Amino acid sequence: MKVAIIGAGPAGIEAASLLAQQGVNVTLFEQEASPLKNLTDKAFLFPDFAEAEQLVLALTQKLRNPMIQVETSTPIVDLQEDSRQWILTTQQGKRHIFDRVLVATGYTPFDAHRKEELGYGIYKGIHTSLEMEQMLKTKHIVNTVGDIPRRITFLQCVGSRDEKTGNHYCSKICCVTAVKQAIEAKKLLPQTEVSVFYMDLRMWGQGFEEMYRHAQEEYHIQFVRGRISEASSTFDGRVQIKAEDTLMGLPLKMTTDLLILMVGMEASQGTRTLAKACGQCGDYGFFKTVDPQLGDNLTSLPHLYAAGTCKRPMSINDTLNDARSAAWRLMED
Amino acid sequence: MNNFEFFVLPFCVGVLLLLGFSIYKYVRWIKEFNKLQQKVILKNILSWKFLPAIWEAIRESLLHWHITKHNKLLGYMHRSLAFGWFLLIVVGAIQADKGFPDGHPFWVAIFYNFFVTEDNLEVFPKAVFYANLMDALLIYVLSGLFLAMFKKVWSRPLGMKRTTKHHPIDRITKLALWCIFPLRLLSEGVTSSIYHNGGFMIEALGNVLMAAGMDDSIFEYSCWTTYSLSLGVFFALMPFTRYMHIFTEPFLIYFRQLGVREATEQKTGYTMFELNACARCGLCIDACPINKELGITTIQGVYMLQNIRNHDLTKKGDAMAENCLMCDRCVVECPVGIDLNAIRQQVRIKNKAQIDTSGNYDYLKSVHPFNAIGRVAYFGGCMSHLTPAIPQAMKQIFDAVGQRYWYMDEEASICCGKPLLQQGFNQQATELRRKNTEMIINSKANLLVTSCPICYQSFRKYYKLPIPVMHHTEYIAQLLNSGRLRLQQSDLKVTYHDPCELGRGCGIYDEPRQLLQASAHLLPTKSEREQSLCCGFNLGNTVTTLEQQTLIRDAALNNLLEPQPDLIATACPMCKKAFTRAQPFPVKDIAEIVAAQIKS
Repeated sequence: MKVAIIGAGPAGIEAASLLAQQGVNVTLFEQEASPLKNLTDKAFLFPDFAEAEQLVLALTQKLRNPMIQVETSTPIVDLQEDSRQWILTTQQGKRHIFDRVLVATGYTPFDAHRKEELGYGIYKGIHTSLEMEQMLKTKHIVNTVGDIPRRITFLQCVGSRDEKTGNHYCSKICCVTAVKQAIEAKKLLPQTEVSVFYMDLRMWGQGFEEMYRHAQEEYHIQFVRGRISEASSTFDGRVQIKAEDTLMGLPLKMTTDLLILMVGMEASQGTRTLAKACGQCGDYGFFKTVDPQLGDNLTSLPHLYAAGTCKRPMSINDTLNDARSAAWRLMED
Repeated sequence: MNNFEFFVLPFCVGVLLLLGFSIYKYVRWIKEFNKLQQKVILKNILSWKFLPAIWEAIRESLLHWHITKHNKLLGYMHRSLAFGWFLLIVVGAIQADKGFPDGHPFWVAIFYNFFVTEDNLEVFPKAVFYANLMDALLIYVLSGLFLAMFKKVWSRPLGMKRTTKHHPIDRITKLALWCIFPLRLLSEGVTSSIYHNGGFMIEALGNVLMAAGMDDSIFEYSCWTTYSLSLGVFFALMPFTRYMHIFTEPFLIYFRQLGVREATEQKTGYTMFELNACARCGLCIDACPINKELGITTIQGVYMLQNIRNHDLTKKGDAMAENCLMCDRCVVECPVGIDLNAIRQQVRIKNKAQIDTSGNYDYLKSVHPFNAIGRVAYFGGCMSHLTPAIPQAMKQIFDAVGQRYWYMDEEASICCGKPLLQQGFNQQATELRRKNTEMIINSKANLLVTSCPICYQSFRKYYKLPIPVMHHTEYIAQLLNSGRLRLQQSDLKVTYHDPCELGRGCGIYDEPRQLLQASAHLLPTKSEREQSLCCGFNLGNTVTTLEQQTLIRDAALNNLLEPQPDLIATACPMCKKAFTRAQPFPVKDIAEIVAAQIKS
């Protein structure tokens, strides 16, 4: 049995390694030059503040298996079924034939430029959560003039739960990521005031609620319920935000040194292309599976499976679990 | 010669009813003009403006140029019926005058062939020519009638996907109208079969009828009676149907040439002229994005006007007025030039009269004017607050040419009032206009530049400012033409989206294109300028759902993406937002594109 896995992220690698352990030949296609691109952007993982690098190392280690062949810089642009076999076409025009295909093409972070009113790319001092992750990784957090910021403000739900961008869904991981980043920032800069603007804080995972409580009680992070409507620049290079505190019922105008936009997850271009190519388009460009209970790794086509964030926003932990279940289903069939 | 028969009575009664009702209606409507409209009429009534009015009436009411531009066949249909019938009446009147040198009652011209039964050669010197001419004209009208019937079955070849659904009374009247010309043909044919007094066609038809043994005087009499009846029914019903447009349109053209415009607040006598000038041709239906993209065909201008005219503005009618993007696409299409959106706005104002917003605008007191002598007042508009790249680019451009400016709504922003007005909150909009006017006058700025076409149209049409108002594309084009600003052309290929309010609303099509040609490579699109497609997220419509707006937006977007540009350019923050919502494709305002290409 020849198996192709498209996408060498956490899902793709975990599934590949499981299959290889069972003696299955796996070819892993990755469009980037190296695997785990989205994961290498991260510094620490919730809820235990583990270093992301450790996970990257562990997953890369799993790739060192003779049963796994990794094809980097090889985007797959077409996926067609032909007499119970799958034909994969690469961007270079090469065709590969496999018996089974697991799609793990993942997500892409929401492009904050699309929320122009939040000033990303227009004013200084406005960053995405990914850039914040880098700042935390390098422990270098400064305001627009190179000083220690007096205030850092996080804004939730940028490009998620947002009718205006067409993304009605919740990206699931941003709430806890903001709490995590707020705590990390406060650990690095204890004098800095840190606040988080949110619509609802969804602390769904194990240990999340406790983290949120710590953030308030130990780190004195302020949580304000309300959305920021627009951001602009002040004459001294700080960021001015207009918002509404919906618990107080009052409009609010404040200045902050840094505004961090918690960008949501969208279906990646690869996910969109392949979902379209094999007719498995779900909502918002994500991959569609048969049902959310027993068929969550199955598609309506035989021997085509899906795992991870190509289906919907998911945390890394959930992605890894989902990959294992997908690998199991693939062998079972 | 005998010149009376009883069968002329239905026709005469019809004409009298038509005249009576029309005069009564017209006098009443003219009385209902508002003060401003009356003043405009009195001021201009003795001017030369009747000349362009006559020319426009000939061009549009008779020759139907506007419709011809839309579709040649459709234009021919309307022209042959209008102009053809007009000539039949005129030539018929001359023919009757020559045939009866001693005078005759008015109906003789209509039933000429019945009353003049001598051989044409003997009646008056050129009688044969006239008889042939009348035949030719009748063929002309009949060809139009044939097309009208054809259109009812298959309207596509006449450039219409959808045609109007008419009221029963309109249908009856149309039936009467459609009967008139075939009956005239038959009546004259039968008379000719007995007396041989027709032109080339009638004579031939007469011969056929004679051969068929239909040269019977009782049959002849009944034919003329039915002809008269159809005329009578048509004329009597005309004032109550869409056919009232025949007489009303020239009046409307005349008033418009005198300078009369639709009132903002409520319906006036002028509105009645507009309502009655609508022929319900239905051209507004095909063009409407609500029909094209959403398949809703009940809310277009033609039905709204019909509703108001028939006084059945029930809840259904009110809702009808709300479901419109106010994109002006139909206004461009309307062959009569009816100000459809102004009328829609009147209905909306009526709909919203009961909503209490007192206290909402108390904050205006806390906004204070600024001394801006020698500066340009820059009004970004509320929407520009959501697209900060646009005002940023404008600041850059002002700085580049060393122009001092006052960004008047940077901090305490007051809306220009147009979105409120568009939704029917006229009083509230007036309050905002008053405050903005006060701010601008007190600032002593010498020019107002705005980035938002909605504000631009608002300042131009609904304010009376003592200083000129410019959209930023006009302003930048002026800077470019005067040499104050120099641009470097980039390699970017761009398509330009004409915003409704800037293009159709204010007629600004050339300046944006000039700027894009100077700073990038402009690619043409299929639907542009007057035919530009609305972005769907216009503030005019608050009842469409997001999904519906998205469908309209995607149609516009596809038009812009088709020539495969690197970038979409527009000149409206609203449109920019609409397109950036769609997909991660770069969309920029012209100001941003220009600012990036400034040659220092």
